[in-house]
Amino acid sequence: MYFENIRKGVESMAFLSYLINGMGLGSVYAIIALGYTMVYGIAKMLNFAHGDVIMIGAYTAFYCLTVFKFSTFTSILIAVLLCTVLGILIERFAYKPLRKASSLSVLITAIGVSYFLQNLAQILFGTNPKVFPELMRNSTFSLFDGQLTLSYKTLLTIIVCILIMILLTIFVNKTKTGKAMRACSQDKEAAQLMGINVDNTISITFALGSGLAAIAAVLLCMTYSTFTPTLGSMPGIKAFTAAVFGGIGSIPGAFVGGLLLGIIETLTKAYLSTQLSDAIVFMVLIIVLLIRPTGLLGKKVHEKV
Amino acid sequence: MKKTIRKIFDKKHISRTISYLVVIAGFVIIQLLMNTIGIKSLFRSLLVPTCCYIVVALALNLVVGVSGELSLGHSGFMAVGAFTGIIISGLLEPYLAINWLRLLIAMFVGGIMAGIVGLFISVPVLKLQGDYLAIVTLAFCQIIKSLLNNVYLGVDINGLHFSFVENRISLAQGGRMLLSGPMGAIAITRLATFTAGFLLILFTLLIIYNLTYSRFGRSIMAARDNRIAAESVGIHIRNTKMLAFVISAILAGMAGALFGLNYSTLQPAKFDFNLSILILVYVVLGGLGNMTGTIISTMILYALPELLRGLQDYRMLIYSIILILIMLVTNNQTLKEKTENLITKIKSRFLKKGSVAHD
Amino acid sequence: MTKLVQYPSGAYVLERDADRTPVLETYHLGIDFGGLSAVNNFNIIVGPTEISGLIGPNGAGKTTVFNLLTKVYQPSKGTILVNGHDTSKMSTVDVNKAGVARTFQNIRLFENMSVVDNVKVAMHNSMHYNPLTAIFRTPKYYKEEKRIHQKALELLDIFNMSDLAETEAGSLPYGAQRKLEIVRALATKPSLLLLDEPAAGMNPNETKELMETIRGIRDKFNIAIILIEHDMSLVMNICEGIAVLNYGRIIAKGTPKDIQNNPVVIEAYLGKPEQED
Repeated sequence: MYFENIRKGVESMAFLSYLINGMGLGSVYAIIALGYTMVYGIAKMLNFAHGDVIMIGAYTAFYCLTVFKFSTFTSILIAVLLCTVLGILIERFAYKPLRKASSLSVLITAIGVSYFLQNLAQILFGTNPKVFPELMRNSTFSLFDGQLTLSYKTLLTIIVCILIMILLTIFVNKTKTGKAMRACSQDKEAAQLMGINVDNTISITFALGSGLAAIAAVLLCMTYSTFTPTLGSMPGIKAFTAAVFGGIGSIPGAFVGGLLLGIIETLTKAYLSTQLSDAIVFMVLIIVLLIRPTGLLGKKVHEKV
Repeated sequence: MKKTIRKIFDKKHISRTISYLVVIAGFVIIQLLMNTIGIKSLFRSLLVPTCCYIVVALALNLVVGVSGELSLGHSGFMAVGAFTGIIISGLLEPYLAINWLRLLIAMFVGGIMAGIVGLFISVPVLKLQGDYLAIVTLAFCQIIKSLLNNVYLGVDINGLHFSFVENRISLAQGGRMLLSGPMGAIAITRLATFTAGFLLILFTLLIIYNLTYSRFGRSIMAARDNRIAAESVGIHIRNTKMLAFVISAILAGMAGALFGLNYSTLQPAKFDFNLSILILVYVVLGGLGNMTGTIISTMILYALPELLRGLQDYRMLIYSIILILIMLVTNNQTLKEKTENLITKIKSRFLKKGSVAHD
Repeated sequence: MTKLVQYPSGAYVLERDADRTPVLETYHLGIDFGGLSAVNNFNIIVGPTEISGLIGPNGAGKTTVFNLLTKVYQPSKGTILVNGHDTSKMSTVDVNKAGVARTFQNIRLFENMSVVDNVKVAMHNSMHYNPLTAIFRTPKYYKEEKRIHQKALELLDIFNMSDLAETEAGSLPYGAQRKLEIVRALATKPSLLLLDEPAAGMNPNETKELMETIRGIRDKFNIAIILIEHDMSLVMNICEGIAVLNYGRIIAKGTPKDIQNNPVVIEAYLGKPEQED
C-alpha cells in the first residue's frame, strides 16, 4: 500500500517533469509559431522561409560566440538584429512585389527563399554539423525532496517565452504600431485610408517575427547543441502546425498551439513511442482540426451570400 | 477517319492533342537518341524518375489546378504505392518471371492501395477548407512516412511475418525481409523501364483529360470556382472533390510503384513533405490546370539541377534564385513589363544586325 | 386579376392552386446570429404556380430568408416544407434536388466556363453515367453528352441565348449574366424558383422585358416564383401575393392592392409622416 503510493508519487513526478520539459520544447515552438501567425495575419501568406531565418540566427550567434568571441549578450543581440534585417529584406524583395498575386504563387516564392537560404548556408558554412557552445551550465535543481529534477535551461526557456508573450500582447494591444498591425490584419485598404502606412506595418511585422526567430534559435541550440543548415526545417514545420493548431492569425493561438504541441510531443515520446511520436502529434492535430476547423482559438470567417 | 483527325485538331481538343504529342515526341526522340548516338548514363538514370514525377505532378495538378485544393501530402501516396509495389513484386517474384507483367501488377496494386489510403484520408481532409485542408494533407503525409518507418515485413516458407515499431521477426531458412523499418526495402529487383514510364504518362493524361472533359470535370471546376453557386444547383461538393482526390491518389500511387521498382534500395525517409513541396513547385510553375505545362516544367525543373551538376555546390543555389526570379517576373505586373521590354529590346537588336536597312 | 382564396389554415392562396399542395410552407421560421434575431416568426404559404413577392427595406432580412430556404444558413427555429416534405434534415444540395432553385443578389456564375457549360453543370443530376464511363469514353458517354447538350441549347433558346452558347460567361454583359443565372437555375428542374433582385441595375425597358420573362417562365414551366425586389413597378405588376419584411419580421401580407394601401408598410419604407404643428 505504502509502496503503491510512492510509486504513484514517483510516476506523477515523472509526469510532471515530462510536462515541464514539454513546456520547454513547446515554448520554442510557440516563439517560432508567433512569426508564422503574425505574418499570416497581416499578409495572409505562409512564410515558408521562416524556419530558415531561425537557422541563420543560429549560425550568426555561433560565429559571434566562437570566431568573434563576443559575449553571450552581444552575440544574441547581433543575431536578433541580423535576423530582423534579413526578415525585412526578404519581405521587401521577395514578397512585397507579389502582394497582388495568388497565395499559391507567394507560397512557391517563399519556398524558393527557403531553398536559397538553406543552400547559401550550406555553401558558406558547410554541411558538417556544428556544435553550439555552452551558454549555461547544464545544472539542474530539485524539488519535492529530490523527486523532481528540472534543468535551469528549461526554466529559462519557459520564462523567456512567457515574457515574450506578455510583451507582445501589450505591444499589439496598447501601442500605436500594434494597433496598426491589428488594423492591417483585418482590412488593409481601410487601414490605409485611416492613414496607416501599410508597407511599414508589414515590414515591422516581419521584423518582429524574424527577431523572435533569432531568440528561438538560441534557445533551441541551448538544448540541442548540434546543428546543420537544415536546422529550421522540422521545427519550422512543427511550429507552423502549432500555429494552425492554435488558430492561424491568433497570437494567443500560437502560444497555446506551440505549448500544447511541445507537451504532446514530449509525453508521446515518454509514454508511447519515440519512433511514432511524429505520427501521433500530427494525428492529434488532425483530430483537433476536425473538432474545431479553424484551430483552437481561431476565428471563423463567414462568406457573404 | 478524316472527321476524327479534324476533330482532334479543332480548338476544343487542340490543347489535349498537344499534350499527347509532346509526350509521344519526347519518347520517340529519346528512344532514337538511345539507339543511335547513345546517351550518357546520367541522363539515362533520370528517365524513369522523370516519368514518375511527371505523373505525380499531373495527378497533383488534378487536385490543385482542376479541383482547387492545396495538397501538401502527395509524396505520401507515392510512398504507399512504392512500398506496396515493392512488396507485391517481391512476393510474386518466385512465381512470376515475366518482368513487365509483374511490374504491371505491382503498379496496379500500388495504385489501388494509394487510392484506398486517399479515400480514407479524404473524409477528414475534405471537411476542412483552404490552408487548414493543406496542413492536414501535410500531416497525413508525415504520418504515412512515420508509420512506414516502423513497418517490418518478412516472408518465408511459413508465410508473411509482420512487425511494428520493433523488429521481432525471425525468418526461417530461405526467407527474406521485404520491408525493414527505416531501412526500407533492400535488394529490390529493378523492373522499371522507360517504356513503362511513357505508357503511364499517356494513361495518366487519358484519365485526367477524360475526367475533366465530362460532367464530373464540369462539376469539379464549378465546385472550385464558386462553391455556393455549385451547391445551389445540386453539386455535392464533398463527393465531387473526393473523386478528384482519390483518382489523383491512385495515379500518384502507380507512379510511386514504378519509382520504387526503379531502385535497388528505397527508404521511407525519401517521401517526406520536402518531396511534396518539390512536386507542388513543378505544378505551379507549369500552370495550374495546364497539363502540358506541368509535363514541360517537371522535365526542366527536375533535370535542371542534374544538368547544373558541373557547378557542384552552387547548383541548388542557382536553382532557387531562378525559381524566385521566375515567380517575381510572372506575377508582378511592373517586373513583367520591364522583362518584356528587355526581351523586345534584345530581339530588335538581333534583328537589326541581320536585316537589310530600311528607309 | 387572379382571385385569392383562403386555406383552412387561414393563409391566402390563388384559387387555381387551392386544391394542390403548396410548393412552400414555412412555420415560425427564424434564425439568430449571436444575440440578434435576423429573421423571426416567418410564416408564408406559396401555391405551386404563384408569383410571390418578398419586399422590405434594405437589411430587412430578405436574402437571409432565401438563405434559410436553401439551407445556406441552418434555421434556429421553425419548419420549412417543400412540396409537403420537411427540409429540416436537408442540405443545400438536397433542397435543390427537392425542387428549389435560386439566383443570387451578387451574380454567382461560373465565370471561366462557357454559357452552355454553366447550364450543363446545373444538369449534372439529370445525367446518368459514372466516372469509368467518362474515362473510357463508352457509347453511353457520347449519347448522354449529346442529349444534355441538346437540352441545354433548347433551354437557352427559350431565352434567346443559344447563339451565346460558347461564349465565356464572365465576358457577357450584365443583363445577359443575370439572365444566364436564371436559365441555370431553371436547368435544375425546380418547382420553386427564388429570384434575388433580378431587376437590379436594369433600365425601365429591361425591367419590362424581365416582367414578361418571369411571367413566361411561370406559364411555360408551371412553377412558382418568389421574387425579392426593390423595383415596386415590377413587384406590383406581376406578383400575385406579397409579403413585406422589416427587421426580420413579416409586417404585412396580401395582394398588391392590400400592400399598397397598408399604412404599416408605407411607414416601414418612408418613415412616419412628420407631425404637423
